[in-house]
Amino acid sequence: MKNFKKVMGVMMASAMTASVLAGCGSTKSAATADTQSAAAGTETGAASTDSAAAAGGTFKIGTIGPLTGDNAAYGLAVQYGAEIAVDEINKNGGINGYQVELKSEDDETDNQKSVNAYNTLKDWGMQFLDGSTTSACAIAVADYTKQDNMFQITPSGSAPDCVKNDNVFRVCFADPAQGTASAQYIAAHKLGTKIGIIYDSSDVYSNGIYQAFVQEAQKQGLTVVSQEAFTADSKTDFSVQLQKAKDGGADLLFLPIYYQQAALIFQQADKMGYKPLYFGCDGFDGILTVKNFDTSLAEGAMLLTPFAADAQDDLTQNFVKAYEAKYNLTPNQFAADSYDAIYAIKAAAEKANLTPDMSVSDICDKMKEAMTQITLKGLTSEKMTWEATGEPNKEPKAVVIKDGKYVSAQ
Amino acid sequence: MSFLTALVSGLSLGSIYAIIALGYTMVYGIAKMLNFAHGDFIMVGCYIIFTVASTWGSSPVLGVIAAIILCTLLGVATERVAYRPLRHAASPLAVLITAIGVSYLLENLALLIFGADAKAFTSVIPWNGISLFGGQLHIQGVTIVTIAVSIVVLIALQPFIHRTRSGQAMLAASQDQGAATLMGIDVNRTISLTFAIGSGLAAVAGALLCSAYPSLSPYTGAMPGIKAFVAAVLGGIGSIPGAMIGGLVLGIIEILAKTYISSQLSDAIVFGILIVVLLFKPTGLLGKVVQEKV
Amino acid sequence: MTKEKKRTLTTYAIVIAAWAVIEILMRAGLLSSHLQGLLVPMVYYAITAVALNICVGILGELSLGHAGFMCVGAFSSALFSLLTADVLPGGLRFFLALVIGTAVTALIGFLIGIPVLRLNGDYLAIVTLAFGEIIKNLLNAIYFGVDSAGVHVSMQNQMALGLQPDGQTLINGAMGVTGIPHDSNFTLSVVLLLLALFIAQNLIHSKQGRAIMSIRDNRIAAQSIGINVVRYKMMAFTISAAIAGMAGVLFSHNISTIQATSQYFGYNVSILILVYVVLGGIGNIRGSVIAACILYLLPELLRGLNKYRMLIYSIVLIVVMIVNWAPAAIEKREKLAAKFHPAKSAEKKEA
Repeated sequence: MKNFKKVMGVMMASAMTASVLAGCGSTKSAATADTQSAAAGTETGAASTDSAAAAGGTFKIGTIGPLTGDNAAYGLAVQYGAEIAVDEINKNGGINGYQVELKSEDDETDNQKSVNAYNTLKDWGMQFLDGSTTSACAIAVADYTKQDNMFQITPSGSAPDCVKNDNVFRVCFADPAQGTASAQYIAAHKLGTKIGIIYDSSDVYSNGIYQAFVQEAQKQGLTVVSQEAFTADSKTDFSVQLQKAKDGGADLLFLPIYYQQAALIFQQADKMGYKPLYFGCDGFDGILTVKNFDTSLAEGAMLLTPFAADAQDDLTQNFVKAYEAKYNLTPNQFAADSYDAIYAIKAAAEKANLTPDMSVSDICDKMKEAMTQITLKGLTSEKMTWEATGEPNKEPKAVVIKDGKYVSAQ
Repeated sequence: MSFLTALVSGLSLGSIYAIIALGYTMVYGIAKMLNFAHGDFIMVGCYIIFTVASTWGSSPVLGVIAAIILCTLLGVATERVAYRPLRHAASPLAVLITAIGVSYLLENLALLIFGADAKAFTSVIPWNGISLFGGQLHIQGVTIVTIAVSIVVLIALQPFIHRTRSGQAMLAASQDQGAATLMGIDVNRTISLTFAIGSGLAAVAGALLCSAYPSLSPYTGAMPGIKAFVAAVLGGIGSIPGAMIGGLVLGIIEILAKTYISSQLSDAIVFGILIVVLLFKPTGLLGKVVQEKV
Repeated sequence: MTKEKKRTLTTYAIVIAAWAVIEILMRAGLLSSHLQGLLVPMVYYAITAVALNICVGILGELSLGHAGFMCVGAFSSALFSLLTADVLPGGLRFFLALVIGTAVTALIGFLIGIPVLRLNGDYLAIVTLAFGEIIKNLLNAIYFGVDSAGVHVSMQNQMALGLQPDGQTLINGAMGVTGIPHDSNFTLSVVLLLLALFIAQNLIHSKQGRAIMSIRDNRIAAQSIGINVVRYKMMAFTISAAIAGMAGVLFSHNISTIQATSQYFGYNVSILILVYVVLGGIGNIRGSVIAACILYLLPELLRGLNKYRMLIYSIVLIVVMIVNWAPAAIEKREKLAAKFHPAKSAEKKEA
C-alpha cells in the first residue's frame, strides 16, 4: 500500500510538473491560466482516484478561529476575509495555475479546540494554515505546525510568542510593537500629557499592548496617571475606571481594547460629562459598524490601525464592496488581515513555484524562504515585507474619526 | 464626594442585578430549580426590543411590551417542554442540566439569527437623570427607573402573593408540592404562572440592562445572569426582598472594591465577601433557616 | 466474586480494552490526526468527571468549582515542569509534576473544604463556584518570575517584577504560562484514568466510603451512630479535589500554553463536567467516564455541521436528559423492555 502511494505520488508529480512547464510556455493571461488549471485538475483527478490522500490539483488552505462563542465576530471575519481573497484568486486563475480550496474550522477561542481544529484540517489535506485568529490559540497550534513542519501565517495572533517558531509568520503587528508605536505617536504629536489607561487584564492582546505602552511611555516622558483594568467577567460597568482617570486629570485615555467595550466606555464617559481624547489600537476598528451606535460619541477618537473600511484606494473599496455584498457586513481589521494573509501565501507560493503535489513539509521549507523575499501591497499596508523571524515590516497608520468616518491623521 | 460617586455607580449596577435576581429567586422559591437559562431569557428580550425598534422604528414602549409578551410565552413553553417532564426526576440535578441545555440552545439560536457582532442598543429610557450638588454627582435616569421598577415589582408582588388565590397557591406549592396538590391546587398551573411572571420580569430586566449598558450580543445575558444568581444567594435564595437587597449589596461591593482595592481583583473580592457572608449566615442575608428533621 | 467486584473489574476491562483498540488503530495509521488529538483531552475530562462524581455522587454535595481545582493542578505542575525543563529527563519530570500538581491541589481542596463543608445544598454549590472563580481571578492577575536573585511576585504587571536579564517570567498575568513541555500522551493518561478509577472504586467499597455514603443518605442518622461527619466529608472532598488536580496536570502537559481564563477554568467548565456526571449517572463512576468520552467527542464529530453543531449539541443534551431522567419516559421504557424481555424485567423487579 505504502509503495503504491509512493508510485502514484511520483507519477502525479511528474504529470503536474509537465503541465506546469507547459503552462509556463503559454502567455500568462488569466484565461489561459484558467484552462491550464482545469486541465491539470482533470488529469490529476483521474490519476488520484485510488489514493485520495495525495494532494489533488488544488492548493488547500485552512483557517481557524472562533466561529461560535463570545469572540465569534473575529473568527468569522477571518473566515470571510479569506473567502473573498480565495474567490478572487480562483477567478483570476488561482495560484501557479492551480485552484485554491478553503476550509474554516471553529475553535471557540479554546487552545485545545484550536489544536483539534488544526488536526481536522490536516486530515482534510491542508497545506497552508491561515490561523489561528487569537493569540493564545495561535501559540498552541504553532507547537503542532512545528512538529508537522506546516506553513502557518496568523492573520491576527499578535502576542510575541505566536511567531517564535520559524515556520510561523503573521500579518498584524505584534502587541508590543503596537504599544510602543502608540506611545511614540502620542509623544511625537503631543496629543496629551497626562494619560489614563483602561485595559482588559484577562485578555492577552490587551495586556501585551498595555505593558509595552507603559514601558515606552516612561521613556517618552509621558505621565500615566491611572492604569485600571477590567476582566472578562466584569466588562459592562466602567464607571470606576473612568472616574479614576477623570480624578487623575487624564486628558488622553489610551484604550488597548476591543470596540465592544470601547463603545460602552464612550457612552459611559459621555454620561459622566468626561471628554478626554481617546486613543486606541486596531481592536478599536469596528466601532463605527456597531449597529445603532451613536458615532458622534466617537468623534475625535484616534486609533493606530492598519486598515480602515472607508479608505479611498481601489483595493480597499473593491474588498469592502465584495464583502458587503456577500455577507451584509462591513469588514474589520481581522477580515483585512486574513485577506492579506491569503495573498501573502499566494505571492510566496508563486515565488517558490509551488505545486499542490509537493509534501506539506517541502512546501513549508520553500515558503519560509520565499516569505522573506516577497513584497506585498495589501489592505493593511501599501508595502509589506517579512523578516525571517515572522514579523511583518509595515507602517502603522493613525486614523481619526471625523463626522462618523475614518480620516487619516497627520 | 468620590465615595458618594462610587456609591451611586454601585447603586446603578446593583439595581440591574437586583431586578434580574428577582426573576431568578421567584422561580427558585416556587419551582425549586435554578433556571440557568434565566440570563438568556434576558438576552432574548433585548433582541426582541432591538428588532421591533429597528424594523418598525416604533417607540421603545411597543418593543418592551412585545418583549414581555414573547418572553412570557417562551418561559411558559420552556417550562412545559423542557422542565416539567423532569420535575419528579430521581435527582434535582437533572433539571439543572436541562436548563443549561436550554441556555446553550438560546445562545446558539441567537448567534444564528442575529450574528455574533455586538449591536448598540438604543436606551428605552430617554431621561438623562438628575444632577446633585451643582453637577458634582450625577444619577442616571436608567438607575432611577430601575430602582423604581424593582420597588414597584417588590410591592406589587406582596399583595399578589398574599391576597390572591394564585398567589396563595404559589406559597403553598413552595412549601410542599405534594400537600398543595392534596389541597386541590393545580401545581402545574401554578408553576407555569411562576415561569410566566419570572420570564416577563426577565424581559423588563433585559430592557433595563441594555439601556444601562447598551451593547447587545448573544452572550449578553450570561454574565449578568450568573452575577444575579450570586446576588439572589447572597440575599437568601427564594426570598423576594432578599433578591433586591442582595443585588444592591453586590453591585455596591463590586464598585467599591474596584475603586478602593483593585480593579483587577474585584471579582475575587466580590466572591470572597459572598463566602464570608454565607459562613456567618449560611442561608443568605434574608433566607429562612429550615430546621432539619429526622 | 461479589457483584460489586465484578462490576469494578468490568470497568477496568472496558478502559483497558478501549485503550488497546485505540492504540492498535493508531499504530495501524487508521486513526485520523483529528481523532488522535482528541484522545488526551477526552481522558482528562473523564478523570475530572470521576473526581466530581466522588463529590456529587458519593458525598452528595454539588460542587461547581472543580474547574478551579483543575486550574490549580495545571498551573502548579506547569511551573514545576518549566523550572526543571533542562534539569530532569521527560519521564521523571512528568511523574514529579504529577505528584506536585496533585499534592498542591489536595492541599488547596482541603483548605477550601474547611469553610465550604459547613454549608448545605445550593449554598454549598455557590460557595464552591465562588472559590473556583477566585482561584481563576487571582491566577489571572499574578505575575511570577525567577532569576538569579530568587523569586519575584507582582500583582501589577510584568515590569514590576524587576527581573534580572537572566530572569524568566513564568506566569505572565492573563498571558498565563507558555512553553510547557509536551510530556503527556494517550497511554499515560489512560494509566492515570485507571488510577483515578482505582481510587474511586476503593473509596466506595471501603469502610470510609460507606461512612461517607451514610452521611449523604442521612446526615443526622449517621451522626447519631458515631460517624465523624466533618472528617469523612473533608476526606471525600479532598480526594475529589486531588483527582481533579491530576486531570489538570494532564491538561497543562498536553498543550504548551495555558491561561487562567473562563473558557478553561471558569464555572461554565465546572458545569460542563457536571453535565458528564449527571448524564453518566450520579454515583455511577463507570457512567461518568463513558458520558465524558461521548459528550467530549460529540461536538467535535459534529464539526461537519459547522454553524449548527452547538445548536444540535444543545438539543441532543435536552432530549437525552428528558429521555434518561423523566419519570414518564423511564416508565415507558420499562414497559417497552418488558414486552421484549419479559423474563429479564421480572428478575429486575424481584431484585
